[in-house]
Amino acid sequence: MTTRRLIVPAKHVGLVLIGFVMLYPVLWMVASSLRPGDEIFRSSGLILDGLQTENYTEGWNALTPSFGTYLLNSAVLVLGCIVGNLVSCSMAAYAFARLQFTGKRWWFGIMLGTIMLPIHVIIVPQYVLFSNIGWVNTFLPLIVPKILATDAFFVFLMVQFIRGLPRELDEAARIDGCGHPRIFLRIILPLMTPALATTTIFTFIWTWNDFFSQLIYLTDPDMYTVPVALRSFVDSTVATSWGSQFAMSVVSLLPIFLAFLIGQRYLVKGIATTGGK
Amino acid sequence: MSALDELRQLRKGGAQVRKGDNRAAFWFLAPWFAGLLLITVGPVLASFALGFTKYNLIQPPKLIGFDNFARILSDSRLHNALRVTFTYVLVSVPLQLACALGVAILLNRGLRGLAFYRSAFYLPSLLGSSVAIAVLWTQVFGTDGLVNRVLGFFGVEGRGWISDPDTALSTLIVLNVWTFGSPMIIFLAGLRQIPEVYYEAAAIDGASRWARFRRITLPLLSPILFFNLVLQIIHAFQSFTQAFVVSGGTGGPSDSTMFYTLYLYQQGFSRFDMGYASALAWFLLLIIAAFTAINFWAARFWVFYDD
Repeated sequence: MTTRRLIVPAKHVGLVLIGFVMLYPVLWMVASSLRPGDEIFRSSGLILDGLQTENYTEGWNALTPSFGTYLLNSAVLVLGCIVGNLVSCSMAAYAFARLQFTGKRWWFGIMLGTIMLPIHVIIVPQYVLFSNIGWVNTFLPLIVPKILATDAFFVFLMVQFIRGLPRELDEAARIDGCGHPRIFLRIILPLMTPALATTTIFTFIWTWNDFFSQLIYLTDPDMYTVPVALRSFVDSTVATSWGSQFAMSVVSLLPIFLAFLIGQRYLVKGIATTGGK
Repeated sequence: MSALDELRQLRKGGAQVRKGDNRAAFWFLAPWFAGLLLITVGPVLASFALGFTKYNLIQPPKLIGFDNFARILSDSRLHNALRVTFTYVLVSVPLQLACALGVAILLNRGLRGLAFYRSAFYLPSLLGSSVAIAVLWTQVFGTDGLVNRVLGFFGVEGRGWISDPDTALSTLIVLNVWTFGSPMIIFLAGLRQIPEVYYEAAAIDGASRWARFRRITLPLLSPILFFNLVLQIIHAFQSFTQAFVVSGGTGGPSDSTMFYTLYLYQQGFSRFDMGYASALAWFLLLIIAAFTAINFWAARFWVFYDD
């Protein structure tokens, strides 16, 4: 057993080391954003002499409108996507998990197939469609697909969850004369809150981070979301002010970090049971 | 059970239709049907049709036959983009999965502080696709960046990792490997499914650590490894943000970070050559489908299913 006594501490040393190297750049970015601008190029450590918030004020007001607008835009967009996903995906999931309808296996197979369909394949005609109906520079091209349950990953996640609920519950309700809408709303939906929480957190993080479709649909600075604004800020401040770029990067990552802290239980469970995306 | 297992088992067993369920299903699936038609399948078919046209959003599409597809065969910048993308996918995915599996095995079986480590390793995979991390990467691997400063500390001369065409792609590969936390969690869940008694029995028989890994862990984990491989390959083919931000939207230096998706974006949304971009989109779909098909075919030689 002496080898075991050596192996466990060695494991811990190794894991701490790997974790430290991985997270160091992020920690350093946070530290650097709180340093005077010119010091970023000199200091590679994490210890601060004092807290300088000038990078934050400078970055916050660097673009017009200010960063507050982009945060608000992102928040509105994220909220719309969360509501859309929760409503439409749970409805579709109920049908796939509990109803027996014609061609169910076919439709289910198609649904699973669309999980793997890259957005790049459909973005061009989708853009043509949305620009023809005047939706460019609105959040509609980003929210409406969610209302139409195109995030099949979440449908699948919820199907998995509903299948795990005891069928006796809805059988009993059916005998009592409940129709499907009532069974769904009164029995299944309240029981699937963990799956709804997972969907909420993943939708939050993925929408907040999503850059490709927001870059394409939002070209008016007033409609910029955080990632699009951050990128345009980085492009405009050629080279010099790493401090304010870091500061705004930290601001943009903060909501994700908070969502991670609050919801990590649901995140881990969500990936572990569905196999992630 | 993963989406892939579901697809594999789809043929098995048939459910009967229950009275009244067709009507209910129609309403419950109405949003999904609309989405499938308008947002997914419709555009897939439309992009196929647009692939045969010249279209810049202003003038109506003009039929030009197979010109766009012929252009795919002769476009040397596209061929370079394919080379860059294949390199990225084929190098970063195996590295990422090796890290994920390695760390998952270290974490498995009652190590104290598991939850803490798991969170720490998982966090980068949530941050990795953001613009902010790409900004950080630009600094860290820049000429005056953190990496060079650490190297300088050890007396090693650095270089402009991102401004040098020979190393720019490697920095993006490092970034993708950095996000191994998400497949790691899937591996951890899979490892926990392997009954402890297998290892105990093997230990009694005197099997070495390596033999236990090779003969028990690897075969029983192979469906999950396969699942991760398929999904991460598809995922890596779609990488866009990091290359776009790090190269300032150009795919440079000298097209060394020109991902396929970035080239498609430039053709479609900078030059508004929607016809060619549609043809490129379809070609991408074919490539990903081919990779996935090869994966499924190869799976019978190494993936072990219990059922």
